[in-house]
Amino acid sequence: MNRPAAGEFALAPVAVPGLASVTGGGAAPVSGARVGIVMLCHDNLDLAARMARLWTDGGAVVAIHVDRSAPAGDVAQMQQVLAGLPVVFTRRRTCNWGTFSLVAATLDAAASLLARWPDVSHVMLVSGACLPLRPVAELQHFLSSHPGTDFIESVSVVDVGWTVGGLNEERFTLRFPFAYRRHRKLFDRWVRLQRRLGITRTPPLGVAPHIGSQWWCLTRRTLQAILDDPRRREFDRYFRQVWIPDESYFQTLVRRHSARIESRSLTLAKFDGQGKPYIFYDDHLGLLERSRVFVARKIWPGASALYASFPRPAGHLAEPDSERVEAVLDRAAARHRRGRAGLYMQSRFPRKDAEGRKTSQPYVVLHGVGDLFLDLPQAASAAIGGVVHGHILARNEVEFAAAAPVGPGALSSNSGLRDIDPRGFLSALIRSSPALPAFLHSPRDRQHLNWFMVTDPNARLLVVTGAWMVPLLRSEMPFDDTRRMAAILHRSERRFLDALDSVWVKARVRRWTLDEALARPDEIWEAVCSTLRPDDPPPDAVLPALHDHSGLGRLIRRLRNAGLKPH
Amino acid sequence: MLVRLRAQRQYYLLRGLARSWRLASVRDRTGQIRGRDILVFVTLRNERPRLPWFLDYYRRLGARHFLIVDNASTDGSREYLAGQPDVSLWTTADSYRTARFGMDWMNHLLRLYGSGHWCLTVDPDEFLVYPHCDSRPLPALTDWLDASGRRSFPSMLLDMYPRGAIDDQPCREGQNPFEVAPWFDPANYAIRKNRFYRNLWIQGGPRARVFFADDPQGAPALNKIPLVRWQPRYAYVSSTHMLLPRSLNVVYDENGGEMASGVLLHAKFLPGLAEKSREELARRQHYADSQEYRAYHQGVQNRIELWCEQSQRFSGWQQLERLGLISRGNWA
Repeated sequence: MNRPAAGEFALAPVAVPGLASVTGGGAAPVSGARVGIVMLCHDNLDLAARMARLWTDGGAVVAIHVDRSAPAGDVAQMQQVLAGLPVVFTRRRTCNWGTFSLVAATLDAAASLLARWPDVSHVMLVSGACLPLRPVAELQHFLSSHPGTDFIESVSVVDVGWTVGGLNEERFTLRFPFAYRRHRKLFDRWVRLQRRLGITRTPPLGVAPHIGSQWWCLTRRTLQAILDDPRRREFDRYFRQVWIPDESYFQTLVRRHSARIESRSLTLAKFDGQGKPYIFYDDHLGLLERSRVFVARKIWPGASALYASFPRPAGHLAEPDSERVEAVLDRAAARHRRGRAGLYMQSRFPRKDAEGRKTSQPYVVLHGVGDLFLDLPQAASAAIGGVVHGHILARNEVEFAAAAPVGPGALSSNSGLRDIDPRGFLSALIRSSPALPAFLHSPRDRQHLNWFMVTDPNARLLVVTGAWMVPLLRSEMPFDDTRRMAAILHRSERRFLDALDSVWVKARVRRWTLDEALARPDEIWEAVCSTLRPDDPPPDAVLPALHDHSGLGRLIRRLRNAGLKPH
Repeated sequence: MLVRLRAQRQYYLLRGLARSWRLASVRDRTGQIRGRDILVFVTLRNERPRLPWFLDYYRRLGARHFLIVDNASTDGSREYLAGQPDVSLWTTADSYRTARFGMDWMNHLLRLYGSGHWCLTVDPDEFLVYPHCDSRPLPALTDWLDASGRRSFPSMLLDMYPRGAIDDQPCREGQNPFEVAPWFDPANYAIRKNRFYRNLWIQGGPRARVFFADDPQGAPALNKIPLVRWQPRYAYVSSTHMLLPRSLNVVYDENGGEMASGVLLHAKFLPGLAEKSREELARRQHYADSQEYRAYHQGVQNRIELWCEQSQRFSGWQQLERLGLISRGNWA
């Protein structure tokens, strides 16, 4: 074990070329605060040794705990590299994630650190993968400008829901004898069993469960008080059965002893949605620098630019502000958890009703309206200045606006290609279009997206029922064929209306019957214009001509007499 | 069902073994491979002009060794590759088709040399682009995948094409092919889920739009899973579209979230396609009786243009992510 001669640590930090900034850039040494570092390592000991050097070079003293499962050769090498520096290695334990072993290792290391260096005023817990972003001198200055303050995130479990999904308070009220990573099934079953049987336990008297980031910086006084607590054996016994005690042991007990708690961590260590820490790379350099955080975790071992540029002075008075970094990380977590609305792609393929929002932006579906007016897409886009597609779900061909062979996003007008994945087609069309795309729809089209649109809050449906009869007037088919056609279209529209009448409707729907529409076509037209241009509907849009609908009454009568019920 | 899948996987592994004795080693430098190296596996035939840029591209990303099967090249590809310091080369004159379009050879080499490594199985005209690829090398990605407990990484094919007819602009040896063919379809992709293998089946892009308008169902599959942390029991089923065990194919989120993904930029529609499709037509060694190549051949003859008003010019992974073709997932 490495035992530096007494007093060696008191020497001025060794000046290493290129590390001038580490020593504080010539700033006067700060009186009052001396930082001791407790470092937990389990792999990549090379890197951990480099980090330990950074700390000692800056004037800190270090107590290192190396996981017992680390290869002996690596440990010996690490000890050799750090020989002669103010570093102490503590008894090695086997550490399992989520168990008390990590707390025990921390307690050991903290105790030997305090015992060996009586002038240490603050102790900071870091890992071998934590990179100091600012010189130790700045950290010491910061700490001495907050005298007697413990920097530890400590959030009351009872009052605040902390974890995502599952265990929160139960971390403290159930027992966890099985390692989560190694015996996952057993762990889950044991939790379920305790829940079912209603087995709980209460924390020791005077202990209010708190929880927070495992990386803290405590004053000597507080840490010593935790170590020397007369009831420590009782607490240790209790926390041995708490889940992830490294996020709760100190966070809870500090509330018993601390005079002043600043409930935040000086270490930037955020977890992604999967419960593993975010990793920083070279491209985060600017972001980390601007954050002025003291320590960041974790750094990718290959991020040479980060290792080369930090620690870097940010000014003695600079307050850490990790908001921008955290915003970037939160955005990534949100993308992972919720994804982008209306996007269906190779790594986001939500099952039905798990889409969140089904499409990326509002769109307008004109059902039957196209059968009323002459060349509606043309007239509407002339009036509102946007794009109105034809029947994009038509059976034979996708009728994009202006009969384009290729639609938004390079979608093909080939109906076969569309029918492979109609949902993907529609959502890609909407995603690739400028604001408020619109298209025509009728019972003659493919109907597979009816429920999709009706249950989509982004859909604006303008529905004229029965309008499918108008084109039949011009068809000049024999009546038998007209009747058959009418029966098919009527049934098809009926199914669409069933969806519209259901309780699952999320779309905004306005409905007219054909009679109402023919009586007041200007009302329909005004509705079309104001839906397509909600902000400023064109006041003087010319009402387009109606399709000729003479003989409609006669057709309806004949259909009715032939056994149909078109209304 | 599970028995059937297991039997199928073992069948593919055995096929790889059975075909392996027809592979003759030209240069075996596999001794250079170290513990965590990223390996690239390739089957090729007559790709000499493309090779320098291909090898450099993946070297720059951080691939450490190339394991290549040369299917009887006649244009000097073999000699060129044998001279590269980080290439292990095998050759065979066996039929590409009876080797399941090269996959038997690949499965065999993957099992032998790839186990425990992150392995990238690509064609010489496929170039991996993943989130942050301009600032983070491949080992950063694979380390992160390891930490996230993921064993495979999806990268669909993104067909790239030039503006104008395919043959108009030449592509010099060693030139970035995407200087000549920088355009792609931004959102023209149809996706279905294959319930048996659980992979997504993606069709679309310019090939479906232009060459397969009459037979959209027959358009080539674009979904690929080229990057896998290999295990001896794994096997590619059909090209790199899907694998067994099928849990490796579940590279997408079904609860509304996004998982990380990349693309393989596909430099197929370049000058030389005419020649290549003529030759492939004569050899009839490709999938579905080389139907695809017949279409390309005709297309090139008729000076078909893949470019359209909606085509986008490639500018980087950020653009692809904005368009929703790839995602960083929670790899911030």
